[in-house]
Amino acid sequence: MLVATVFAIVKLDHLMTAVMLMGFFSLLSSCIFMILDAVDVAFTEAAVGAGASTIFILAALAIVGRTSKKKRREKTIVPLIIVTCTGAMLLYATLDMPYFGTPDAPVHTHVAPRYLLESGEEVGPPNIVTSVLASYRGYDTFGEAGVVFTAFIGVMILLGAGTRKSGLEREAPPNVKVESMRQKIVLREVADLLIAPVLVFALYVQWHGDFGPGGGFQAGVIFASAIILYALIYGIVPAQKILPPRKLAYFPGIGLLLYALVGVVAMFKGGNFLAYGALMADPHDGQHYGILAIELGIGITVAAVMINIFFSLSERSL
Amino acid sequence: MIVGLFNYWIVIILMMAGLYIVMSSGHLVKKIIGLNVFQTSVFIFFISMGTVDGGTAPILKDGFTVFSNPLPHVLILTAIVVGVATTALGLAISVRVFEAYGTVEEDEITAIDRDNRKREISVSTVVTESAQKERDQ
Repeated sequence: MLVATVFAIVKLDHLMTAVMLMGFFSLLSSCIFMILDAVDVAFTEAAVGAGASTIFILAALAIVGRTSKKKRREKTIVPLIIVTCTGAMLLYATLDMPYFGTPDAPVHTHVAPRYLLESGEEVGPPNIVTSVLASYRGYDTFGEAGVVFTAFIGVMILLGAGTRKSGLEREAPPNVKVESMRQKIVLREVADLLIAPVLVFALYVQWHGDFGPGGGFQAGVIFASAIILYALIYGIVPAQKILPPRKLAYFPGIGLLLYALVGVVAMFKGGNFLAYGALMADPHDGQHYGILAIELGIGITVAAVMINIFFSLSERSL
Repeated sequence: MIVGLFNYWIVIILMMAGLYIVMSSGHLVKKIIGLNVFQTSVFIFFISMGTVDGGTAPILKDGFTVFSNPLPHVLILTAIVVGVATTALGLAISVRVFEAYGTVEEDEITAIDRDNRKREISVSTVVTESAQKERDQ
């Protein structure tokens, strides 16, 4: 089914449909992650792939136009040859791979046993993914949050937030598309029903990430998608009244600083950077609160980045 | 034998389809879609490697002893979010390209660039010729 969807994307010149199929593709792959026991990943993929990135691409398409041109003949043959050759080589390479699901594959014998066996003692949270993400690999996650922040800065520079007046200040003519969306009763009622629970659910995912699947990344995206849903139905101007972009632009930095601050405080308390055990007298408490704090930082950063990007992309198309 | 590697083969097919979209399509946004497909196939690859027969999700609870490997999950989880951020960056670039050129088709952009360069060259030759004339006088 995945393969069929992808081939449909390859064939389609109508980009709107292709984007919709891409969202579907993401949802399918998140189901696959679920089957393969990766609940956290499935969660993220469903929120990000089927939600945020689809909407971003749609917003960009609204600006650049919806159909791509028919390709010329010679342009399709060369890539086809290259792709077939690369694919064949990769297929040959898989013959050396350990079979799917074998417990003694190299992946499972290096650091993973330690995480599985001792994270409950050393770090605490039952969700091992959270312990690895926030504690063992705290540095890496800090880097990832930094990358998200950098991408946000890039988008802001490219789309010139701040130099243009925001939709709120500009006296834009009433946006026809948005108006018609508001009049669709079914859409509006469903959105009204959904938005509040989605926000609450985002908070649940945020604070419950160390017990069940979830955490800052997922919560941030879910929170952002609730706001984006509101902006889609009621128009971008009311959404910006609630969250003024100028103030919102500080939040990615605040989140990242919160993360860094936790690390620095741990240093002052005599531990290494981001070694939460040193935060409090009892290392377990330290780990617990440290993880909560940095997850909150991640959540703020991710949510603010997503909303900001959505605002700046969709402002362009007004 | 066939079943053992089936996941990886599907991944390769998806990956190559993504690569094909990136290479064959001239439309910048469609290229980004292709990149996304490619990316997702890599995610599936990592998660497939992390799976263990008879395992369960890596959340500690009494009664479960076999878990899938949490490390790929962490890697991919963050990679997805970073992926959407970079996607947004790519989209922002294509929006700017569209505003500068009025199109996001690769060949049209190259054509416009070539025209501009020709014009610049001709302008500069005119300038040098006129400068020479002035010097001659």
